[in-house]
Amino acid sequence: MSTISLHDTHHDDHGHGHHHETFLTKYVFSQDHKMIAKQFLITGIIMAVIAMLLSILFRIQLAWPDKTFPLLETFLGKWAEGGRIKPDFFLALVTIHGTIMVFFVLTAGLSGTFSNLLIPLQIGARDMASPFMNMLSYWFFLVACIIMMSSFFVQTGPASGGWTIYPPLSAVPKAMPGSGLGMTLWLVSMVIFVASSLIGSLNYVSTILNMRTKGMDLWKMPLTIWALFLTAILGILSFPVLVSGVVLLIFDRSFGTSFYLSDIVFGTEILPNEGGSPILWQHLFWFLGHPEVYIVIMPALGISSEIISVNSRKPIFGYHAMVYSLIGITVLSFIVWGHHMFVTGMNPLLGGVFMITTLIIAVPSAVKTFNYLATLWRGNIRFTPAMLFAIGLVSFFISGGLTGIFLGNASLDINLHDTYFVVAHFHLVMGSAAIFGMLAGVYHWFPKMFGRMMNPKLAYLHFWLTFICAYLVFFPLHFLGLDGVPRRYYAFTEFEFMNKWLTVNVFVTWSAIIAALAQVAFLFNFFYSIFRGKKATQNPWEANTLEWTTPVEHLHGNWPGEIPAVYRWPYDYSKPGADQDFILQTTPFSETMSSNLPHDFEGNEEAERIQKEWEAANKPVQE
Amino acid sequence: MSLRKLIVNKTMAALAVLFTVFSSANAFAQEAAAAATAKPVDMGQIHKSAAFYVLLFLLLCLFIAIIGKALKVYELTRETQGKSEGINWNTVNAVLFALFLIVGLYGVYWEYTVHGEMILPEAASEHGKRIDEMFNLTLIITTIVFIVTHIVLFVFAYIYRSSDKRKAYYYPHNNTIEKIWTIVPALVLTLLVLKGFLTWRSIFYKAEDANNRPINIEVVSSQFLWDIRYPGPDAIVGKRNYKLTTAINGLGIDFNDKNSLDDLIADEIVLPVNKPVRFTLASKDVIHSFYMPHFRVQLNTVPGMVSYFEFTPTITTEEMRTKTNDPKFNYILLCAKICGTNHFNMQKNVRVVSEAEYKEWLAAQTPYLTNDLRKAFNLPVPVEAAPAATETAPAADTTATVAGVKLDVKNQIALKK
Repeated sequence: MSTISLHDTHHDDHGHGHHHETFLTKYVFSQDHKMIAKQFLITGIIMAVIAMLLSILFRIQLAWPDKTFPLLETFLGKWAEGGRIKPDFFLALVTIHGTIMVFFVLTAGLSGTFSNLLIPLQIGARDMASPFMNMLSYWFFLVACIIMMSSFFVQTGPASGGWTIYPPLSAVPKAMPGSGLGMTLWLVSMVIFVASSLIGSLNYVSTILNMRTKGMDLWKMPLTIWALFLTAILGILSFPVLVSGVVLLIFDRSFGTSFYLSDIVFGTEILPNEGGSPILWQHLFWFLGHPEVYIVIMPALGISSEIISVNSRKPIFGYHAMVYSLIGITVLSFIVWGHHMFVTGMNPLLGGVFMITTLIIAVPSAVKTFNYLATLWRGNIRFTPAMLFAIGLVSFFISGGLTGIFLGNASLDINLHDTYFVVAHFHLVMGSAAIFGMLAGVYHWFPKMFGRMMNPKLAYLHFWLTFICAYLVFFPLHFLGLDGVPRRYYAFTEFEFMNKWLTVNVFVTWSAIIAALAQVAFLFNFFYSIFRGKKATQNPWEANTLEWTTPVEHLHGNWPGEIPAVYRWPYDYSKPGADQDFILQTTPFSETMSSNLPHDFEGNEEAERIQKEWEAANKPVQE
Repeated sequence: MSLRKLIVNKTMAALAVLFTVFSSANAFAQEAAAAATAKPVDMGQIHKSAAFYVLLFLLLCLFIAIIGKALKVYELTRETQGKSEGINWNTVNAVLFALFLIVGLYGVYWEYTVHGEMILPEAASEHGKRIDEMFNLTLIITTIVFIVTHIVLFVFAYIYRSSDKRKAYYYPHNNTIEKIWTIVPALVLTLLVLKGFLTWRSIFYKAEDANNRPINIEVVSSQFLWDIRYPGPDAIVGKRNYKLTTAINGLGIDFNDKNSLDDLIADEIVLPVNKPVRFTLASKDVIHSFYMPHFRVQLNTVPGMVSYFEFTPTITTEEMRTKTNDPKFNYILLCAKICGTNHFNMQKNVRVVSEAEYKEWLAAQTPYLTNDLRKAFNLPVPVEAAPAATETAPAADTTATVAGVKLDVKNQIALKK
């Protein structure tokens, strides 16, 4: 706790006017966690819009493979000559869509935004452990985004070997145009991105461990903080493995090594590389790649836990079980990566082992789902926009999670691997669910970020269109997969048996277009409300957590006076005997004698005695 | 109350307008597309239609804004009249969730019955039947969970919508319930894991049966084609060495290995029914995936690594045609791992036939080994009688095709495009 007091004095010094903020230090090179969170969020939103537009482009190609759209040529030039997207560019579109969504939107945009915003505010800290590193984390992220996007402006186009960039396809420039300069940029961007992610994660972990306010022990932290904490740990342990893999790939591409290459012949040209294995990349990639999907979903789960509890006006059901299942997911996620490789020709024994570990991970996920449902039970649910998205998340998490039971089963994966079934599965469980978690978070903490409210009615429109269209897009795709249609196919026209899915593709594309247009409602609402939204009150959702005790107007250091101390867990909603249906974490038990429960005192005999005395004294009043 | 009715009518009208807007947009899309194919250079027309769509969208936005304002005015008037808030959005959203549940359940039923009918026919292999069993079991369990949890989710959302009269029930935890819903999923998953594990083992660990040895077939993938090699009478496919790849020996077959000498080229995969086959899978350039969905067979082909998949086809193409009621039905081999530009068109025809037909077909296949290759490998070129001499001419021809197979196929791809 000594760090906190040190920190306090430090900031009190600043409070006395030594600190002059210029435009540059306030909005650009800001070291304030709240501003950095906004930077992450807005960059994430811009990247999400780009990735969404890319997906609409390839959806158009899939829906109308033999029609021409001359307008596309106007925008895309040689990549859509004659108004039709070329196969190479199609592959680039899917690759960059995946990369942006997974890394830039759902890792940086989601974790970056909410870790930065919520960690100091919810644990009661003035700022992050190292604000400067925090700033660096954002700037590395932005540079990574810019480098990734710059690959659209090189002659051979962006990387196009799929977001998993399996070598040799990605390692040998002549294997496809996208494996030229575009792939180099992808790799450079990824190294910088991982640096950003690591700097951020280290900061989050050290902040959570060292800078909690008085009374905020680990079991009093909101589930958002638990989720962000465990996510950061996952990132720290898994992202370096991706970097090592990427560096080896850079060596293979540019310096003639053979880590991933062996026995390769293009036409009659025999490559000199010997002794490597393409499977090695897959192991390194998925050792990150699988924890990565939990890096994506866990913050969303944490956010929705908080939002569901606040808006059901009920404590989250099974707080400890929620934390333990997050921990379980964290640990297990490191030993399941092989389920992405059942059909690579890896030793079948490994397939069996990875199948077991993979299906075990469904247990903590199931516990979380049931706990969400139990939280809703006998609640008093306020359908704020954030709550709608949180409920949407639960629905997607169920739908997408259940198909994971098929794919995690090695013997079923034989026929489902790399088909549209996989596409449908992960777009629901980590795509839509995580995006909904992110949107829920934006709607919920928008008042905290910008001091204003978003328009709820536009938000309802946004939610219902997106929710319905997401199901219309992804539900039918399962059946394409069950018919054996592989993913990343430029057109379904070359195979007789795929023709029957062409009409479905048209339907899916229209749904996707409507979903994309629905995002305009969000974007307008978001940017309009920043400047013109209704002014927010201090605690608009009547929530218990610490961030709502800070003033609406932002100030560097978060709390004007001393940092409040914490006395209770964050989920005392609708506690019997209390005056209000929420009790702030900062409210001591001495002020809520009528609602205290024996359980609250965690075995503190002194407190229990006082409570008993009070109850004895007040008994007649109650009768 | 009448005002509320008016609003409801308004929303209905709005929906109707929306509907017409979208349907007319559809019609316009078709017209525009038709115009585009007819006169691809007329950009003016296209810009006009693009501008039309943008305007249409802006109009829609305006429309939504008007509705939004109308709602606001309505709510403000309610407020000034001192009545409770105009529209109870909690109720609206709760009702929408309930509706979503009902329509959604019907949608799921529709999907299962309509799109569910369009999926792969029954497995055409022995192990495939076990996979399908496993699949059906998983499908039943997950569908039950899917339906029940969604009913619970949306019904709770509907029933427990906010009300001033009620207070939420303070219920932080219940260890018994939590234990139950940890243990029950764990047990169900154990069942699935066990069955899955046994299925998986039965697919990849096959006991060798001396009386029923599998037919060895080699499949080598390279960018956008599959090369098939059948063994000759010795039933063994000879070795490959990628370093021996030349223009006339595209696969790098090592003809110093005696087993290679009688290997046969095939331009389709033909399998005898009810006989085990063992595919040896390899790749020349990048990773591809050997995927035959009808047999529930998939394994990646990885350069520098050889992998195997053994299975027994059980239904001939002809039988499958009657079963699926599709006279044009064919088994197919396709590539399921992204491999480059023409990934979407990397296919090979597969036929399952009777044993007799298979033998007949196999006898008609030509060997890989040509006279040019014999010379290249310092093998004796057969000096036979005059007919053989005439055969050298076509043999040279076949040489051309060996290297040319690829060209042919590439041309075909080009033609198809």
